[in-house]
Amino acid sequence: MSRVLVPCHVKGTVALQVGDVWTSQGRPGVLVIDVTFPCVTPFEGITFKNYYTALLGRLRQENSHTPAKWVTCLWDYCLMPDPHSEEGAQEYVSLFKQQILCDMARISELHLILQQPSPLWLSFTVEELQIYQQGPKSPSMIFPKWLSHPVPCEQPALLHEGLPDPSRVSSEVQQMWALTEMIRASHTSARIGHFDVDGCYDLNLLSYT
Amino acid sequence: MLQEESDLSLIIAQIVQKLKGSNLYSQLERQAWASLQRPEIKLESLKEDIKEFFKISGWEKKLQNAVYSELSVFPLPSHPAAPPEHLKEPLVYMRKAQGSWEKRILKSLNSMCTELSIPLARKRPVGEQKELLNKWNEMGTDEPDLSLFRPVYAPKDFLEVLINLRNPNYENGDSLSFRTHLGLIQVPLKVKDIPELKECFVELGLNIGQLGIDDSTQVPPELFENEHVRIGQKVLAQQDSAAAQQYIRQGSPTALRAELWALILNISSQPEDVLYYEQLKTNVIQHDLLVDSLIYKDVKLTASNDDYYFVFEDYLYQVLLCFSRDTSVLSHFAFNSASPPKSYIRGKLGLEEYAVFYPPNGVIPFHGFSMYVAPLCFLYHEPSKLYQIFREMYVRFFFRLHSISSHPSGIVSLCLLFETLLQTYLPQLFYHLREIGAQPLRISFKWMVRAFSGYLATDQLLLLWDRILGYNSLEILAVLAAAVFAFRAVNLMEVTSLAAAEAVLADLSTLKVMPLLQIFLFATVT
Repeated sequence: MSRVLVPCHVKGTVALQVGDVWTSQGRPGVLVIDVTFPCVTPFEGITFKNYYTALLGRLRQENSHTPAKWVTCLWDYCLMPDPHSEEGAQEYVSLFKQQILCDMARISELHLILQQPSPLWLSFTVEELQIYQQGPKSPSMIFPKWLSHPVPCEQPALLHEGLPDPSRVSSEVQQMWALTEMIRASHTSARIGHFDVDGCYDLNLLSYT
Repeated sequence: MLQEESDLSLIIAQIVQKLKGSNLYSQLERQAWASLQRPEIKLESLKEDIKEFFKISGWEKKLQNAVYSELSVFPLPSHPAAPPEHLKEPLVYMRKAQGSWEKRILKSLNSMCTELSIPLARKRPVGEQKELLNKWNEMGTDEPDLSLFRPVYAPKDFLEVLINLRNPNYENGDSLSFRTHLGLIQVPLKVKDIPELKECFVELGLNIGQLGIDDSTQVPPELFENEHVRIGQKVLAQQDSAAAQQYIRQGSPTALRAELWALILNISSQPEDVLYYEQLKTNVIQHDLLVDSLIYKDVKLTASNDDYYFVFEDYLYQVLLCFSRDTSVLSHFAFNSASPPKSYIRGKLGLEEYAVFYPPNGVIPFHGFSMYVAPLCFLYHEPSKLYQIFREMYVRFFFRLHSISSHPSGIVSLCLLFETLLQTYLPQLFYHLREIGAQPLRISFKWMVRAFSGYLATDQLLLLWDRILGYNSLEILAVLAAAVFAFRAVNLMEVTSLAAAEAVLADLSTLKVMPLLQIFLFATVT
């Protein structure tokens, strides 16, 4: 279940306000980000970094059926549990199609409606927006031997009684293996023993970089 | 939900990865191989029989404790798109502030180096090595000339940095408005209020027995104390970390405390650990670091002058000097907003193969650092065990008290929690102190940075640290600080200057910690 990045064009944020008069004292609490796709794509997931947005209002989509229509996919998804404090303010968030209310098989445009009701923040937005679609199903990598022939004490007991759906199990296991690979690649748990270099620990000054 | 299941898989994968490199893994493997000889292990049901054997022999418990320890210490795996800095500290402006604070510390250390013409590190000549080895158990008798050394920083310098911490996206108008915080901390972190604290610290409630309250001489021991000790002995017999952590929320009997803390921190003195400590000792003997002089100075200035802790002076050197050489401490920087200082071998500036961390454990001690170790000397007398306990306490709790982060147990959150509690529940006192120029945080900051070590009587301090371990959080320090102010509120209302307020709060050695906490949380009329 690998993910492929979908190329899209993200327009800048547009504030929504009532009426024509724009007061400089008030700050808009609702912003809209427009995301257009060059061609109709199925939607798998979206990842972004929050920057002080409290609620992700409604991700709306425009199906490319004729006639094109706007559908609400997500309603008030909370990013910051307390809009006045820093909790969740700069977190990375992922949303998958399973969490979306409607069918996302063919979309040509997305509107992200951001809300921040608290007057404490000077600005708010979401950054590093990335949309995914489902990639090719079969992985090109070979399973390691331990996964297909599990050793007795190493197999994690994730399965319950009764036969689970085999395709679901295989996709879960695939995911877990991919995550393990990622962790193994990213850090080593080997203990760093020596602090010197070849027995020498003569230092000049501390480095600032 | 799919998200939760994949999160769980990720956590399991991460813990398995960590434990695979540990001693426990090889021991379990060895035990499994050895168990094949036992008659009850049959080939047809090999997996179940070995699992059963592990359960009976207590190895499953050890594995459970190890997994529990990993879950308590390491944060949950973060989003795959998040860079490693995000795990250290999610808020960008706090990372920047920590970076500039560290730069100041490095500059200060470098200038001390150049002024005194002392190298950061040097190899000791053989004669000096022999001398130090002979003197290892009585380093306190040494009186080196430390007059030129000064601590790299003191808690009050750090407080100034925290006071100036600002979120660039926050409305920090010059004029006072509803947005301005009345205390010293101006960042809007989420802190708990008293109803939430009551929920969190429910075991400290009025109707639940506590050591520190219900074991006083007036209360007959049959009411609570005897039963509590009996349960404690049972918990120790079971060797279950999670149960011990739950138990210790009501306090630990003095006789059982050392073992209980070791169980909660998952420290068992194996021969390998003693060997590791000896290796660190050898490193101390071979190389002399500038940081050693800072440690000496700190011990002489703080612990040696303290009525309770001066007897442990030699232990403190033995622990802290070895701590500075311990590279395994470097792993905690993955979730610490601080970063270890870097340096290069002489003559190889800029070459990555010759880049090292200084000190080897990446932690530069500040004024009062030795007070983190001193109370532990009452519990542990064997140097390698004392060392392990201190190291584990440091990478779980103490590092948060001197680095800038948004973590709920970080010092910034503790300061904000203290100020918010005081403002909300003692508004008159807060207003009065603010008016006379005695911001309460200026007085309580030093208590919290040291986790009250050196300010409370030792038995009271150990009861407080019981709860830190039990709740795996430092928030209780802020609650206690507010409770102390509440207790001395009447006297504080009459003072007219910061110096007078400091005088009222100068001596905390007569305070009883648990009644103060209980009254403040559960018996104050709000």
